Amino acid sequence: MRFTKKDILDIHSLDPAEITLILDTAMGMKEISQRPVKKVPTLRGKTIVLFFQEPSTRTKLSFEIAAKRLSADSVAIAKSGSSMAKGETLMDTVKNLEAMKPDVIVMRHASSGAAYLVANRVNCSVINAGDGIHAHPSQALLDMMSVREKKGCIKGLKLAMIGDIAHSRVARSDIIGFSKMGARVSVCAPQTMIPAGIEALGCTVASSMEACVADADVIMMLRIQKERMTDVLFPSEREYAGRFGLNSQRVALAHKDVTIMHPGPMNRGVEISSDVADGKYSMILDQVTNGVALRMALYYLVAGGSRHADTD
Amino acid sequence: MRTLIKGARVLDPGNVDGYKSILINGQTIEAVLDPADVMPENGTDFKVIDATGLVLVPGLMDIHVHLREPGHEYKETIATGAAAAARGGFTAVCAMPNTRPVNDNSQVTAFILGKAKAAKGARVYPVGAVTKGSAGTQLSEIQDMQQAGIKAVSDDGRPVENAQIMRRALEYCRGLSIPVFVHAEDLSLVNGGAMNEGPPATFQGIPGIPNAAEAVMVARDILLSRLTGAHVHFCHISCEESIDLIRKAKHQGIRVTCETAPHYFTLTDADVKGYDACFKMNPPLRSEKDRQAVIQGLADGTIDVIASDHAPHSKEEKDLEFDRAAFGIVGLETSLPLSLKLVQNNHLTLENLILKMAKNPAKILGINNDITPGNPADLSLIDLKEKGVIDPSRFVSKSRNTPFAGMTVQGRAAATMVDGNFVFGLWA
Repeated sequence: MRFTKKDILDIHSLDPAEITLILDTAMGMKEISQRPVKKVPTLRGKTIVLFFQEPSTRTKLSFEIAAKRLSADSVAIAKSGSSMAKGETLMDTVKNLEAMKPDVIVMRHASSGAAYLVANRVNCSVINAGDGIHAHPSQALLDMMSVREKKGCIKGLKLAMIGDIAHSRVARSDIIGFSKMGARVSVCAPQTMIPAGIEALGCTVASSMEACVADADVIMMLRIQKERMTDVLFPSEREYAGRFGLNSQRVALAHKDVTIMHPGPMNRGVEISSDVADGKYSMILDQVTNGVALRMALYYLVAGGSRHADTD
Repeated sequence: MRTLIKGARVLDPGNVDGYKSILINGQTIEAVLDPADVMPENGTDFKVIDATGLVLVPGLMDIHVHLREPGHEYKETIATGAAAAARGGFTAVCAMPNTRPVNDNSQVTAFILGKAKAAKGARVYPVGAVTKGSAGTQLSEIQDMQQAGIKAVSDDGRPVENAQIMRRALEYCRGLSIPVFVHAEDLSLVNGGAMNEGPPATFQGIPGIPNAAEAVMVARDILLSRLTGAHVHFCHISCEESIDLIRKAKHQGIRVTCETAPHYFTLTDADVKGYDACFKMNPPLRSEKDRQAVIQGLADGTIDVIASDHAPHSKEEKDLEFDRAAFGIVGLETSLPLSLKLVQNNHLTLENLILKMAKNPAKILGINNDITPGNPADLSLIDLKEKGVIDPSRFVSKSRNTPFAGMTVQGRAAATMVDGNFVFGLWA
C-alpha cells in the first residue's frame, strides 16, 4: 500500500488501513533509534520547517530529532521570533515560508483549524502538531503505536480516558483514533470538562472514575490545565485529585495487565500520583520514545515517497 | 413628473391585493387604480412602466444593518450600503450605531443622514446608541438624537450588561416612545466561544456558545419590559429557548417584538465546515432543532421581522483562523431570495413574508408605508420566478463575506423605488 495523502491534519481523515501503514512504518523507524549511529539518509536534501506558534518542548523536540534521524534539514521558527509578532497574518507568513520551498511544514497553533487553512494554501505537506483544542494526530498515532506494541493489537481493548476532555486536542484525536481501530473508549471528568456531543466522536461517558477504569486495558490520563482554574472548571486541585486522580487503588480496579499512559506534561499529585506515574504499568516514557519513531514515519510517508526507509 | 406602474400584482397585506396600477406624482402615491379605471393621459411629463409579471409591495425595510460609516469605510460606506440595500429590494434600512465614533450624539446622526441623502439609494434610518460609546454605563442623549432623526436605540454588537442601566434606558425610552433594540447576549456565557455549542463545535474543537447565552438575556429584558412598559425589540433571535420566551411574553401582553435573520432559518451549525469564517456570525448558526423553531416562530407570528444583520467585513478580517476572524456576514443582497424560500417551501405565505419584511418593520419604527394615496412612493418590485445562483462577485456591497455563495435561489428584487424614483432595477 502507498500512502497518498499530502497532509496529516487529523485522525478523522485517515482510514484504518492508513493508520495501520503509519504504525507499521513507525515500528521500522524505531529500530533506527536503537542503532549506535541513529541516522539514515532517507530524507537527505529535504527541508522541514517546524512552525510552532504555541509553547511546546517535547513535541517540537520530537519532530526535530525525527527529522535529523532521517537526514532532513530542519529549521524551527517560533511565534516570538516570527513576523506574526509584528502583525503579519498566518496566511502571509505561511505563503512566505512556502516561497522558500520547504518539503514539509510541521505546524502547531493555538487556533483550531489553523493547519487546515494552511494546508489548503500551500503545495508542500503540512503535518498538524496540534491546533487549538481540535487535533493532535501525531500524539494519537504514537499512543496507538505504544498500545499496539504493548498489547499486540488495539481491537477489543477498553481504553479509559480521564481528564479535561473539553479542552484537549489529544482527547479528541485519541477518541477518534482508538475507536476507529476497534477499541472501546470511555471518558470521565467533571461535567464542566465534558463537551456537548462528545459521544459522537466514538466514546461513552462514564458515570464515575471507578466505572471508567473498571476492567480497563489502557488508562489514559490527561493533563489538568492549571491555567484554566480561573474558568471555574473545578474548585480546587485537592478536590479534583480526590475525585479524578489516578492512584494505586483505582489502578487496582482495572485489568490486571493495565497500561497507564499520559501525553505529558504531568501534574504529579493532581491527575496522577507519582507511584502510578513511575510504576510498573506506566509506559509514559515509552510514549516519548515512540513519538520520535512515529514522527519519522510521518515524514517518510508524506515526503519520502515509496522508497524503503533504510535504502538510498 | 407622474409615473404609472401597471401590470403588477400589488400586494400590501391588510390593504390591497390584486392587479392594480399605481399612479405616482412626484414623490408620493397619487392613486391606486383598478385596470378598469380610466387611466390618466400620456404626456411629455408622464411615464408608463410595464411591470407585468412582477409583484409590487410596500417598500421592504431591513431594520438591522451595519453600514460601517463613519470609521470603517473600508468595509462599507453609507453609499455602498444604501446601493446594496436598493439592489436587495429594500427602500429603507436601519443603520446600527456601532460605528467609529459610535452614533451616540446628534452630530453623528446628522452626518449619517447627510451621507444617506447624497447616496440616493435606500433610505437610512439611523439607530442611536443606548449608552455613550455603547459602553453600557451612561445614557446617550436619546431625545436629542431622536430630534435629529434616529428611529430606535440599541447598543447592538454588545448587550447592556448592567440590568439597572437597562431598566433606566427602557424607562427613558418609553417616555420618548422609541423602541429599544436589544442585542441579547450574556458575555460571561459566551466566554470566548466562536460557534454554536454542540457536536459540530466539539468535533472541530471550536469553543462553543450555548443557546442560554442568548436566552438568559432575552428572559431578563422581557422582565424589564414588563417592569417598565417599554417596547423591547429583540435583534437576531437564533434559538428555540428565546422564541419560547418571547411567545409566552407576547401572550402575556408584554411589549416585545423580535427579528431573525435569513441565515438562522437557512443554515445550521452542521454547515460550519473547513473553518471557513464566512460561516462565523453572532449569534452563531444553531442546531437543526433551533432552525425549525425559527421557522415555526416565523409561521406562528412570534417572530415579527426578517432582518439581515448585514455585517460587512473585509477579506483581511475573514481570511484568518476561525477563532480570530470577525463575526458577521453580509445580507442585504441575499435576504429577499433566501426569505422567498420560506414561501416556496410553504412555511409562509407571500403575504406573511411581506408583513415581516415591510409592514412589521415599519410598524416597529412608527412609519406608515401602506400603498395608499398621499404616502411616499417607496415601493419594491419582486420577480418571483427568476432563478439564479448567489454570486458574491456581483454584490454592490464593498464586502463579500457570505456563506451563501453558489446557492441556487428563485426570486429576486426586480426594482426599488424611493420617493418616486427608481434607485435600482430596469427603470433606474
